[in-house]
Amino acid sequence: MSASLRKERRAALAWSYVFLVLFAVIFLTPPLYMFITSLKTSAEISSAKLPWWVFHPTLDNYSALLTSPAYLTFFRNSAVVCVAVVAITMAISIPAAFSLSRMRFWGSGALATGVFLTYLIPETLLFIPLFKIFAFVQDWTGIELMNHWWILIVIFPTLTVPFCTWIMIGYFASIPKELDEAALIDGAGYLQVLTRIFLPVALPGVIAATIFAFTVSWADFLYPMAFATSIDQMVLPAGIVSTLIKGDVFNWGQIMTAALLGAAPPLVIYAFLMDYYIAGLTAGATKG
Amino acid sequence: MAQVTLRNLVKDYDQTPAVRGIDLDIADKEFVVLVGPSGCGKTTTLRMIAGLEDITGGEILIGGDVVNDVPPKDRDIAMVFQNYALYPHMTVHENMSFGLRLKKLPKDEIRRRVAAVAGILGIGELLDRKPKQLSGGQRQRVAMGRAIVRNPKVFLFDEPLSNLDAKLRVHMRTEIKKVHQKVRTTTVYVTHDQVEAMTLADRVVVMNAGRIEQAGAPNDLYHSPATLFVAGFIGSPAMNITGCALEETAGALRVRLDGQVSFPVPAERTARYRAYAGQRGLLFGLRPEHLTEMRPHSVANQCPVEVTPEVTEPMGMETLVFFSVNGTEMCARTNPAANTQPGVRTQLLADLNHMHLIDEASGRVL
Repeated sequence: MSASLRKERRAALAWSYVFLVLFAVIFLTPPLYMFITSLKTSAEISSAKLPWWVFHPTLDNYSALLTSPAYLTFFRNSAVVCVAVVAITMAISIPAAFSLSRMRFWGSGALATGVFLTYLIPETLLFIPLFKIFAFVQDWTGIELMNHWWILIVIFPTLTVPFCTWIMIGYFASIPKELDEAALIDGAGYLQVLTRIFLPVALPGVIAATIFAFTVSWADFLYPMAFATSIDQMVLPAGIVSTLIKGDVFNWGQIMTAALLGAAPPLVIYAFLMDYYIAGLTAGATKG
Repeated sequence: MAQVTLRNLVKDYDQTPAVRGIDLDIADKEFVVLVGPSGCGKTTTLRMIAGLEDITGGEILIGGDVVNDVPPKDRDIAMVFQNYALYPHMTVHENMSFGLRLKKLPKDEIRRRVAAVAGILGIGELLDRKPKQLSGGQRQRVAMGRAIVRNPKVFLFDEPLSNLDAKLRVHMRTEIKKVHQKVRTTTVYVTHDQVEAMTLADRVVVMNAGRIEQAGAPNDLYHSPATLFVAGFIGSPAMNITGCALEETAGALRVRLDGQVSFPVPAERTARYRAYAGQRGLLFGLRPEHLTEMRPHSVANQCPVEVTPEVTEPMGMETLVFFSVNGTEMCARTNPAANTQPGVRTQLLADLNHMHLIDEASGRVL
């Protein structure tokens, strides 16, 4: 090993550190600022003395939110929507990805591309047509779909299913074909190939899709804002903005606290799933 | 008890024919090797027997039953793949017992059968390991174990040794033969390696361009190839094949390779070859081991030929000598003691008892 190579490696490492630190600073500054602000009273925030330091730390914002029935309702609505959306998404995407990646049938290629194109249509284009559809359904059946938190369970999968299917098509396609053939010969049916071979082997992909579905349904702002109007039907992102901004009065301390608390569940879930996500489970399946 | 019968088996991929009508009867407990260059349709044939490919035409029978439309799991076959295809998330024991567990066999029986097969293959110590903790040879054994443990009617091997290094390949080849001697099961084995085919098979089936060129016992194929393709494919170094003319003078036949080199045709073949005298497009074939250094006690129909070696390759037990005749490179296998030198004109001995005469147009060995 020559000295120049080692020197080059050191230089490359140094540069990686420079950029990693830069990224970390850029991405961690907002949460840090949120945290600092969440510990301040409204008076201290508006006094505009040194925003990066807390002179009189207080947990008032936290206790106010955690005892507020409205905030707890948002949280509960969000959690139920999230769990339901993730479940529905996986129930549709996993079999869809399996059939699109493995079972050659007429039009499967076009369908796979179609699934991805669906994802490319932004939600800003869709919420007005959705309004129309809801109105139409109400006219014909009398069922009111507007202003119910559970309608999000129906709407969010339109965002999550295409993308999750797309991710998993990629993961499933990377599983060597011989693996399912071996299982078929061993006596498995297609369903068993899916549950006993594909899901365990493509676990990182399934988890990536789960994280995506969770994040979308937890953090999406536009649809909840558009389709829920009463306080008790709101989920976190829309609820925070609707209740903590009164006219032109911004309750910054509570807004920051609410956002920080709202960011906690995804953080915990990411941390928990990260190990699975990174682990390369396909190693050793075939020669390589 | 399972014979495998292929009747006029055809496979087209989008109008491109891959297999063009194969008829083959494989006896119970027979070890048949399909061999041929890549793209000859051997793997497609195997996959059709397995049920992994639809067949375009013809019939496949396993144990007397037509299985054309029977899914793989109901054909009672086991397959060993080129890249092993072990389930990466399962231990060796789980890999081997997967098929048995799907059949819902009692746990005790599964454990007993896995242990027995692991014993045969010498992988008893590895049962708790995951595939990624195994070496290539060990993975290969596990893949074989997974097939054997199910006690199927037919074993299918798809180039199982081609991912192993040369030394291990020779070793595993012997292992496969031993296993087949212990577990007598009908076996279809696909390879592109003619040495593997010769060493393993009860019967070798040489395929080319979607058809069977010749099927027969390894030594029959080697000594009596039916076609030009088989003559050139089987054997390493390959058979020397060059253009020739068949001349008849006073009732005796001579094979003329070029202006200088010509051999008398052995008397017992004269009747067989006479009809082709003077015909164009004939090829002369002689295996390298029938071109040797001069030997003191010559047998009938051996005759000397003078050549100028271009390259010599000492292999230890023999020395390969390469020279040109009639613009074709030829190879002779000589005793190292003869000390043949490149560039030095020397006499070799051609044993014409083993010559072949081939019609180039039809590819038939005459």
